[in-house]
Amino acid sequence: MLYEILIIILKVFIIIIPLMVSIAYLTYFERKVIGAIQLRKGPNVVGPFGLFQPIADGIKLLTKETIFPQNANKFIFAFSPILTFALALLSWAVIPIDYKVVLSDINVGIMYIFAISSLGIYGIIMAGWSSNSRYAFLGALRSAAQMISYEVSIGLIIISILLTAGSLNLSEIVLSQENYWYIIPHFPMFLIFFISTLAETNRAPFDLPEAESELVAGYNVEYSSMTFGLFFLGEYGNMILMSAMTTILFLGGWLPPLNNDFFNLIPGFVWFMLKVSFLLFVFLWVRATLPRYRYDQLMSLGWKLFLPLSLFWIIITSIVLYYY
Amino acid sequence: MNEYIPILIFLIFAFLLSFGAFFFSIFVGKKSSYAEKNSTYECGFEPFDDSRGRFEVKFYLVAILFIIFDLEIIFLFPWAVAFSEIGLFGFLSMMFFLFVLTIGFVYEWMKGALDWS
Repeated sequence: MLYEILIIILKVFIIIIPLMVSIAYLTYFERKVIGAIQLRKGPNVVGPFGLFQPIADGIKLLTKETIFPQNANKFIFAFSPILTFALALLSWAVIPIDYKVVLSDINVGIMYIFAISSLGIYGIIMAGWSSNSRYAFLGALRSAAQMISYEVSIGLIIISILLTAGSLNLSEIVLSQENYWYIIPHFPMFLIFFISTLAETNRAPFDLPEAESELVAGYNVEYSSMTFGLFFLGEYGNMILMSAMTTILFLGGWLPPLNNDFFNLIPGFVWFMLKVSFLLFVFLWVRATLPRYRYDQLMSLGWKLFLPLSLFWIIITSIVLYYY
Repeated sequence: MNEYIPILIFLIFAFLLSFGAFFFSIFVGKKSSYAEKNSTYECGFEPFDDSRGRFEVKFYLVAILFIIFDLEIIFLFPWAVAFSEIGLFGFLSMMFFLFVLTIGFVYEWMKGALDWS
């Protein structure tokens, strides 16, 4: 029993440590990619090619002063970044990186992820409310409304995938894409899902909660030091998680693009990481290219376009599946 | 049940890491607080008032709509997984449910519950 628990703890570390490194280097990658798109160099001073920049940033954040505003509800104020970051990590317990390479292969995997990512809203609402600041409060309200709106379309798209795969288990969803990835029959839903994940993670062009020109920084105005750092890391962790989810649902997870000998030489987790990295690159590409949406446009896009379309797609998928 | 023990251990470690980062930063970070630094941010002014006031009712409306649709999604989950076994009756029942829901949705739309201007 003790031995088994030690093995599990070892596995937990094998997941968390690369994840932390990925989150840290995603911030570096973002600055490099946006720098390249804007014909700048990006970070290049700390270490070779600026590779130690995330570490320097981390140490800087860690040694700054943690400010508790006097009007804030101190306990909730301190707890919300902790909750946000822990929840951002938690979904990784069920993500299959390769065949049978997963911490816990539960049979309701997709529902678990859906539940955990819904809980993420609590961290933001609690942060905005407990800061007791107008900016933070407005930012949190906007952010929460935006996230729940797009969660509806994400949920409906997941239903279409479930209809096709016939299972809630993430590994089985990947294995059912052996012949063709779901991006082929569900291509319109792939686009909507990707745009919804942009909105769900509060990324550009839907980064209204932190519209720096009007709301200063949204729900994390009052945060400093590591409390801010935890929100920041949580946001990037959620980006990686959403890319992993898109990979599993639409891009065939760890499966190679073609089932031939050459592609099978490359191990599955490399394919998985390549797909996730590509999606993350698109996240950054979008941020560097598109201007910010207006809030009413954002809400009408979610409710008036994505919701009816994804509902309609469920009906089409079920009719097609019923007759074939 | 055994599958959920790793998740529990993962949860413990995720929170340990979060709490650890938080308390470590309080421990090593510098401390020099005074009234101005600790006051609520307000673009260079003394804060006028706090945020315990009224806010736009639209946000509340969105939350209500979300609950309806999220319930519907949860209702669709078992249907989608069992779809190959429930046959024509299961298929038509869900189509009827979606039809009723669509009527409600169209009503909301026409009433302007989805407009933000």
